[in-house]
Amino acid sequence: MKAILSGNEAIARGFWEGGGHFATAYPGTPSTEILENIGNYPEIRSQWAVNEKTSLEIALGASFAGARSLVAMKLVGLNVAADPFFSASYIGSTGGLVVVCADDPGMHSSQNEQDNRWYALHAKMPMFEPTDSQEAKELTKEALVLSEKFDTPWMVRTTTRISHSLSIVEFDERKEVEIKGYVPDFHKRNLLPSNARVRHKLVEERTIKIKEFGENFWGNRIEEGDPSIGIVANGISYQYAREVFPNATFLKLLLTWPLPEKLIRKFAGKVKKIYIIEEGDPFLEMHLKAMNLGIKIIGKDKIPMTGELNPTIVMKALKGKDPSHFDIPKIPHRPPALCPGCPHTGVFYTLKRLKANVTGDIGCYTLGALPPLSSMDTTVEMGASIGNAFGIEIAESMRGLDPRKKKLVAVIGDSTFFHSGVTPLMDLFYNNGITTVIILDNRITAMTGHQDNPGSGKTLKGVPGRTIDIERLVRGIGIEHVYTIDSFDLKGLKELINREIHRQEPSVIIARRPCVLLPELRKRKYTYAVADEEKCTSCTLCWKLGCPAISVTKEKKTWINPDLCVGCGVCIDVCPVDAISLRDPNADNARKAGEEVLGWKQNQ
Amino acid sequence: METKSVIIAGVGGQGIILASNLLSEVAMEAGYDVKKSEIHGMSQRGGDVTSTVRFGEKVYSPIVGLGGAEVILAFEELEAMRNLPFLKKGGTIIVNEYRIDPLPVASGTMEYPENITEYLKQKVKTIPVDAKKLAEKAGNMRTMNVALLGVLSKSLNISEDIWLKIIERRVPKKAIEANKIAFRLGKEVVENAEF
Repeated sequence: MKAILSGNEAIARGFWEGGGHFATAYPGTPSTEILENIGNYPEIRSQWAVNEKTSLEIALGASFAGARSLVAMKLVGLNVAADPFFSASYIGSTGGLVVVCADDPGMHSSQNEQDNRWYALHAKMPMFEPTDSQEAKELTKEALVLSEKFDTPWMVRTTTRISHSLSIVEFDERKEVEIKGYVPDFHKRNLLPSNARVRHKLVEERTIKIKEFGENFWGNRIEEGDPSIGIVANGISYQYAREVFPNATFLKLLLTWPLPEKLIRKFAGKVKKIYIIEEGDPFLEMHLKAMNLGIKIIGKDKIPMTGELNPTIVMKALKGKDPSHFDIPKIPHRPPALCPGCPHTGVFYTLKRLKANVTGDIGCYTLGALPPLSSMDTTVEMGASIGNAFGIEIAESMRGLDPRKKKLVAVIGDSTFFHSGVTPLMDLFYNNGITTVIILDNRITAMTGHQDNPGSGKTLKGVPGRTIDIERLVRGIGIEHVYTIDSFDLKGLKELINREIHRQEPSVIIARRPCVLLPELRKRKYTYAVADEEKCTSCTLCWKLGCPAISVTKEKKTWINPDLCVGCGVCIDVCPVDAISLRDPNADNARKAGEEVLGWKQNQ
Repeated sequence: METKSVIIAGVGGQGIILASNLLSEVAMEAGYDVKKSEIHGMSQRGGDVTSTVRFGEKVYSPIVGLGGAEVILAFEELEAMRNLPFLKKGGTIIVNEYRIDPLPVASGTMEYPENITEYLKQKVKTIPVDAKKLAEKAGNMRTMNVALLGVLSKSLNISEDIWLKIIERRVPKKAIEANKIAFRLGKEVVENAEF
């Protein structure tokens, strides 16, 4: 049987076919669908992790006990998991352990463009790079077996265009493998320096063995063609290169760390010059150049270091041909926006009106940084908001100023808070910080497409899980000023935030409202708001909400799109002249629906 | 057959991913190698969405760069214009004459370009479609995407049977008939178009 699968679906399938037992991940674009799809296989125990570090530690533990395990993460997730990643390489694997890492050249949904192939080199962990979905499936299976054979975790590295492109995949059956069971092995798994010194030697020997294996591995091969150009390309770049140079001689490498030096030398002996086509850093180029192949190598001197590649870019760079013909004038861009009825909108609107200095974090709410809300100064990485705000507070007070005058607020989402916001909050409390923290609690991990988290009460498999009470967690740290407020209560929010940013003690405000796109909210039919053109004074206040349902007529009056509006009523509260009202006040609306789903009490 | 590259472009929520899934399955059913690519993530709602489908005897790249697509199927006028640079010389744009204001237009900071269809017609072969009307005629507003696929199908030389089979397999049961009608209405829009 065959089907069209994305790279992510194919990895899930490969893990299942390869007898995988346990998988875990924290969601992150472009890797999220790997675990979502694994969740559909009843033979595999799978679960959302609280963060990537945790996911790898749990998978490593499962490997200790002989279970074939997988973790998946986005590029920056591996930074979070880097600590266990390096140790895992020394320890090796008992049950096959696969670390899937999805990079994001072009930064479609990431804060940087880091090339995680360096992690394989750095941690001395072997790495596969598939060039399509079929290979993504095969290599995941292969990695499970080789991980056990060579006693090492195995990295499978994709990019957005591998993870999110679909191509035809042939299916195989699942091969059941037994979970071996836990047997202690002190010298292998306890990285006391005395053990680790021994392990490091074994790791170096292992790399030599895998390099030797790579010389004859089916995924590394010379594809004969015109000998005047020899091409080395990894991952998706292989496909772009094939498109542009259909007849060249190719060195196709699926095991891109460690590199098969003999095969590379053999290839270099067959061709007149080498083009190295790779996205991101000159990873292959540096290694091939260091081999002194005695042949001309063209790489990053022609191929861009930044952004994604595509066939046109490769053609322009290496053939000097430009197939593009049409220029267009500057047209309006279409930035993503917080949804109509989004609970975050009112919070950012309030922060803007209070002229607060806001450190931000990673999630849908990062869109609060864009106009017209424009109320987030910084976005660094998961969990950074709290530490960043505390650092600003420290520097301002060292200037002899009262930091409260800076109106510092850290804004972080519920899932991001669980991921890595708790530790900086402990730091802030311990070191006598006073910065105000707002936790935007929409009861879900929204940005990546609604994955459950410790606050949502459900697990990946859809069964009830235990729920972490954010308020109790924060109080447990010792913070006394903890308030939960309805994100739609604009008046209350303004008073509360204004009071807390002037407090000489730390405080945490939990702004709570379920995401309007939750399945149970999304399928309901809502009434909508209408603006009375006669009453509208064009004061612009409601336009500043940045709600996609609100637009401006030619006469500069407010118009609300009934197809988009969900009747949340935030604009009604903002309007100073009562020009906006619900079409049918008795009909269902997003505000009422959200309260029903939440079943919560305000708790001030 | 030379590889065909189709870009389907529009705005989040318009059914672009479903449309490109249908096209991919149709091409696979017809015996072609198929690849497809799109970007998820930040384009949850209101952002622009582009999906590329390529099929032929053997397909390598799942995407095309500037000047790489034979056909652009645009679900919205501004997105037709935005994607024009991806069209090959001699390519065709099918443009749904439907306008969704992006935020900078809705908030009054930028103007939506006037007469986009005319602009496109001056540059390339352009097939304007009123998919909203076709969907209305089919009795289900959610069939706009399938009506547009009907327009596209005229260029692809894949039998209608295959299209209808995949539509039956992939759309919700109660909407199958409306989608079939929408598909045929779309087909009629370009009885003699050649790409």
